[in-house]
Amino acid sequence: MTLNLFRKKTFRHGVHPPEHKDQTNGLPIRQFPFAPVIILPMSQHIGAPSKVIVREGQEVMRGQLLAEADGYVSVPTHAPVSGRVRKIGNVPTISGQMTTGIYLEPFPGASQAVCAGTPVDLDTATPDAIRDGIQRAGIVGLGGAAFPTHVKLKVPEGKTCEVLIINGIECEPYLTTDHRVMLEQAGDIFTGMRYLLKATGASRAIIGIEANKPDAADHLSREMPTDLPATVEVLPVKYPQGAEKMLITALLGREVPSGGLPIDVGVVSVNVATCAEIGRLLPTGRGIQERVVTITGPGVEKKGNYLIPIGTPLRFVLEQVGASERISEVYMGGPMMGVAVSNLDISIVKGTSGIVVFPEEDVWHPEKVYPCIKCGACLDACPLSLNPSQLGILAKHESYDLMAEDYHLMDCFECGSCAYVCPSNIPLTQYFRIAKRTVKQRRAKA
Amino acid sequence: MVQSTLRISSSPHLKRRTTTDAIMRNVVWAMLPVAAFAVYSFGLGTLMLLMTTTVTCVLTEHVLCRLSGKESTISDWSAVITGLLLGLTLPPIFPLWMAFVGSVIAMGLGKFIFGGLGYNVFNPALVGRAVLQAAFPAAITTWYPAFTANRFTEVATSTLALPFMRPPTVDVVSGATPLAAFKFEGVRTETTDLALGLISGSTGETCALLIILGGIYLIARKMMNWRIPVAVLGSAFALSGLFYLIDPGTYPHPVFMLFSGGLMLGAVFMATDMVASPLTPRGVWVYGAFIGVVTIVIRLWGGLPEGVMYAILLANAVSPHIDGWIQPRVYGTTKKAVMT
Repeated sequence: MTLNLFRKKTFRHGVHPPEHKDQTNGLPIRQFPFAPVIILPMSQHIGAPSKVIVREGQEVMRGQLLAEADGYVSVPTHAPVSGRVRKIGNVPTISGQMTTGIYLEPFPGASQAVCAGTPVDLDTATPDAIRDGIQRAGIVGLGGAAFPTHVKLKVPEGKTCEVLIINGIECEPYLTTDHRVMLEQAGDIFTGMRYLLKATGASRAIIGIEANKPDAADHLSREMPTDLPATVEVLPVKYPQGAEKMLITALLGREVPSGGLPIDVGVVSVNVATCAEIGRLLPTGRGIQERVVTITGPGVEKKGNYLIPIGTPLRFVLEQVGASERISEVYMGGPMMGVAVSNLDISIVKGTSGIVVFPEEDVWHPEKVYPCIKCGACLDACPLSLNPSQLGILAKHESYDLMAEDYHLMDCFECGSCAYVCPSNIPLTQYFRIAKRTVKQRRAKA
Repeated sequence: MVQSTLRISSSPHLKRRTTTDAIMRNVVWAMLPVAAFAVYSFGLGTLMLLMTTTVTCVLTEHVLCRLSGKESTISDWSAVITGLLLGLTLPPIFPLWMAFVGSVIAMGLGKFIFGGLGYNVFNPALVGRAVLQAAFPAAITTWYPAFTANRFTEVATSTLALPFMRPPTVDVVSGATPLAAFKFEGVRTETTDLALGLISGSTGETCALLIILGGIYLIARKMMNWRIPVAVLGSAFALSGLFYLIDPGTYPHPVFMLFSGGLMLGAVFMATDMVASPLTPRGVWVYGAFIGVVTIVIRLWGGLPEGVMYAILLANAVSPHIDGWIQPRVYGTTKKAVMT
């Protein structure tokens, strides 16, 4: 305890990529128009895809249930707009794979009133009822991981949740959605925290915010209800602090064991936008229909933070914000961990926190890969203190099993810090991604 | 309408722009003042020596790459470093043909045979110098005084000696290095002379100030691990200081130890070879301290007046083992990662 008092609130290593957040962090959240067609993949989350319960040609109301959760690790999908189901069939996703989805044609003149569901009463609901309500609202981690939130909140038998961490770090360069949510939706965040505290049984909550968002930290501290057992902690800026493990270590000095979960150290952590969504949706029993997305990058004219209906096609989004004619790369998520888009016909999904657009002239790719010069920069960058240099050499020789057994490959969460700093331009993160996938496949077969 | 030919790449999509060739280039920039001072103090012969080693190293790498059917790697600038560094460790009037031989050996035996940049076990320049020291023990200890009047108009006869001819020994007499003077004659040199380079020695080791400036430049640009020179110099200072305190009559002052011979050049530009030094911060401390201690041990009790070269080569050999012993604890685990 005494040690904790003098502990510097941070985690080991990490990097400082240029932030570029000032382009959008002062722009309030604005409502995005409805696209002429909404395309809803049934697999927007980790786990089983939602099961479609509507028919082609059916008219649906905004907020209506279109597909139900298929099992425990799954969530339902709601209609983000009133309209007609034009088609149920294959829709493209960011991975390049097709998945089942619903094409929805909005009614242009409809009032777009939202139909409500069964509210979850904060005062009377049991933890199970709250988790159930969160699943029924279709809520997944909005920070990007898109893991069903209700699963995360279930404290396993024999473990207790001591601290609830609300993650407002947003360490990805360019992204400002969480920043704006904290400034504009403080009430929803606090309500969400009450639900979450009850669902997890935690006695206190900490909102973690990086020092580059002082206005958000001030605002939340000032508005914090006195009866809410929560504090706001401002942490020095460092990537990847928004990673669950790094944030827990920075705030509490605890390390999540290798292969374990935050609950193993008495913590449940939830992204701040997810928390706000819970606070907004549960009192009415509505399902999630839209989310805040930062549209930014040098290839976008009308940069900003937009409230975009889920299922809005990316092509429509880019046309609305005046994307450059010469776009070369589009990332879904931030530039450090986000995925490069290969097809503009994919849609904004629940896990989409940002769209970053680069025209040709602003993209820099190293032209040459040099051999590893053992400079050690990657070891100084890796937040898990792995040895990316050695792992990279092993990956080149495809010694994937050795990497997993002796070098903790499977702990790597692909934050990209090693590849970001590597002076020899070795695609370390990509190597590890391939290695992890191969090891997983081999283990599944064995 | 937005066009849809998009380029796909794997995350991270951002990249720090300090690349390997930029690091190597900057090391060369940092050594240039040292080289310029060497030419200024020792004259034309030294200019020819540095040109010979640099050009030979670059050409050797180019030719070896081509001979083995690979793309030439000279554009990464590491061959320039080796060449320049080798030249800076040789005596001012060293025969050019020997320098040529040393350069070919440095690149061939010190670097290429291991697989080129990134795979060399030893600092290639020091491999070249070690072979030269073994092969030409007389020439490599033939010193020459700095700031001779005719240094820009005349070239010492030994510089232009023909291969395998006995080098003439006329101009040997007056240029004992401070370390040799101390070891063999008990003569001490003023510290200010050492720092400013008003002494004799290998071409690049005389002006400690310029070496330190070069090191500071690289450290400021985050292109050099500052722990290495600090560990080398710190441990050398501590050990020689200990003996100086015990018996100031026999043992030299620690400041003299730091500023004399090749210690400064070695600590800043040779021990810091990224490839041949450990990966982890703690490993680097051990490695640096090892160099400092071995240097002092050789200087005080060895048969040679100078021990930096062998200390660094020894440490290079130990470096992979240091990496094996000292691994950072992986997040969320209690035991250290193993290194095979």
